[in-house]
Amino acid sequence: MTTSKTLIRGARLLGGEPRDVLLDGERIAGVGTGLTAAGAREVDAGGLVLLPGLVDLHTHLREPGREDSETVLTGTRAAALGGYTAVHAMANTFPVADTAGVVEQVWRLGRESGYCDVQPVGAVTVGLEGKQLAELGAMADSAAQVRVFSDDGKCVDDAVIMRRALEYVKAFDGVVAQHAQEPRLTQGAQMNEGTVSGELGLTGWPAVAEESIIARDVLLAAHVGSRVHICHLSTAGSVEIVRWAKSKGWAVTAEVTPHHLLLTDELVRTYNPVYKVNPPLRTEADVLALRAALADGTIDCVATDHAPHPHEDKDCEWSAAAMGMIGLETALSVVQHTMVDTGLLDWAGVADRMAARPAAIGRLAGHGRPIADGEPANLVLVDPAYRGTVDPAGFASRSRNTPYQGRELPGKVVATFLRGKATVTDGKLV
Amino acid sequence: MNRHLISAADLSRDDALLVLDTAEEMARLADRPIKKLPTLRGRTVVNLFFEDSTRTRISFEAAAKRLSADVINFSAKGSSVSKGESLKDTALTLEAMGADAVVIRHHYSGAPHRLATSGWINASVVNAGDGTHEHPTQALLDAFTLRRHLSGVGRDLAGRRITVVGDVLHSRVARSNVLLLTTLGAEVTLVAPPTLLPIGVEAWPCEVSYDLDAVLAKSDAVMMLRVQRERMNAAFFPTEREYARRYGLDGRRMAVLPEHAVVMHPGPMNRGMEITAEVADSPRCTAVEQVANGVSTRMAVLYLLLGGSEPAQSAPRPDARTAGGPDTADRTEENL
Repeated sequence: MTTSKTLIRGARLLGGEPRDVLLDGERIAGVGTGLTAAGAREVDAGGLVLLPGLVDLHTHLREPGREDSETVLTGTRAAALGGYTAVHAMANTFPVADTAGVVEQVWRLGRESGYCDVQPVGAVTVGLEGKQLAELGAMADSAAQVRVFSDDGKCVDDAVIMRRALEYVKAFDGVVAQHAQEPRLTQGAQMNEGTVSGELGLTGWPAVAEESIIARDVLLAAHVGSRVHICHLSTAGSVEIVRWAKSKGWAVTAEVTPHHLLLTDELVRTYNPVYKVNPPLRTEADVLALRAALADGTIDCVATDHAPHPHEDKDCEWSAAAMGMIGLETALSVVQHTMVDTGLLDWAGVADRMAARPAAIGRLAGHGRPIADGEPANLVLVDPAYRGTVDPAGFASRSRNTPYQGRELPGKVVATFLRGKATVTDGKLV
Repeated sequence: MNRHLISAADLSRDDALLVLDTAEEMARLADRPIKKLPTLRGRTVVNLFFEDSTRTRISFEAAAKRLSADVINFSAKGSSVSKGESLKDTALTLEAMGADAVVIRHHYSGAPHRLATSGWINASVVNAGDGTHEHPTQALLDAFTLRRHLSGVGRDLAGRRITVVGDVLHSRVARSNVLLLTTLGAEVTLVAPPTLLPIGVEAWPCEVSYDLDAVLAKSDAVMMLRVQRERMNAAFFPTEREYARRYGLDGRRMAVLPEHAVVMHPGPMNRGMEITAEVADSPRCTAVEQVANGVSTRMAVLYLLLGGSEPAQSAPRPDARTAGGPDTADRTEENL
């Protein structure tokens, strides 16, 4: 399955003019027209778009602890099928990734899988409990070289702990990725608080619970001169706050999930827990604001928040169901559908928001690089003309909790290359 | 009518009137020496109660038994459910036992909807109250009661002004009543402190007021909702006394109502909280009448959902008009 040389013929670089791209070993060895290379495996990429391999800042791989829903192997296979060459594995595993030992274990499992680089995220606080800082420096200095720290799933709601974490990670150029959710305002919350929650009688998760934490944290980051990253930003109000913080020149970055770019809380009327996610699906106005913010760069990147859950955790009452949806294998299609096909973003923009910027935020060398001679050969070939119906039966993820089942979405990952080696060819795992 | 009754929004005006008119026929049965019809003989109705509610459960039980259905009461407490069985497995069990209708009360909003639409079960599903969502048979019995007092049998509630007072935020009774009463032409006003109104209530097909005294004089009926005292601990209101002063119905306020107006309460009442004993015990209060009407209304719902006009089975039915011997209806109270 590996040849040392691969010649990709006639691919539209970042959606532009067709070019040939030669991969030699782990690197790109030439970009041009009419390239030849003796002994190279040729890939006919006519009509296909070539992008840098995608980078996900927010993936739940569930290992260790919940291997019934996902493992590093199954999750990275799903990532490769989705066009990703690097994913950041969130820390809310069992045990929590709050020590050098756990992050090194996850990192090593990723290396063994071979489908996608796995960059562990370290917990901010011990056990995600928001009380005591985890050994952030030990995780940063470990073989995993952790740079992104997050208690994702829980908010670092204590202002002093958040301040200290922001300050402390400056020593190794880290970033705190905040799951912005004021806990008291969201006790028992089941869905977005608004017209629909009132009618359905489900406890609301108000936008202000996200926005108030983001407002506090951008101010804290400015005060201590550190970087803060906002996970899965979901409301129009949050966009305004981030836009304001950026206008001040503060080091604030933000991500949006594919599902928040497409789905709204109207879907909760079905009471089908496949639409239950945290933060919850919001309104049409929020969706449009998020798309606009991703287009103008206020939101830096798309992150999947791929959250696998076993079938029984969704095959139940809404309020009893787990929060989260899988997204690695559908993210690029949703982004094409909501951003490219709507004219909001071109493919170069997609490369920026799904590869270059997340890699830069995560300080991930070797990913999200330009497609140029000498660069690492982390690449994805996309067929933007493809139209298909989402069928989770074909997913590589161990879980099936996708909200897109039966939905027609454009675009298909035809091939993924991780350091020159194909992990996906002809739309199938190698 | 639909095969299920999940939300009051499932009912068109004609559907609702059909239920109410059928309930009137059922009510006449109560005056007979033998209060029983053979209509649902051989049918099995399961009362699946995940939440304690003796009133609603016995009301449905009485309704099903008066229609000669076999009734199985399944209480979550002390059953396999309390040992962690999922709603799905419970549903599959009931399906295997041949339930024709499942009357479900559940602490989670949307659980009846899930049960009806998940493909786990073929039975008709009747929502007997789900979380803070809906309680459609309560709204039907309230409409039945209102019609008798305000517009007359056979009519809708066009132009009648109904004021619903109390914890709208957590009330399934309020949600179902707003939907059903407006379907029937009534003008509904919700009265509550702003903390006990849901975000988005302005989109509901009703008026909203924070001032009870301002709306009493033009109300044809006032429906008082139960307000749990413990809401105080989550700062929904400062104290019980302040709540009672601002939103409770006492004799002074009752005197402001038009002469023909009635006071309703779905029960159980918090005397001294949302309603004083003087009002609760007055002849204008329909709380007890509502309970009686509940049985007739639930009979009508089960009858219509289970196609009660068709014979349930081809077996001979001796003495069909007044039937209901011991062989027909008493295999009850099996605890699964």
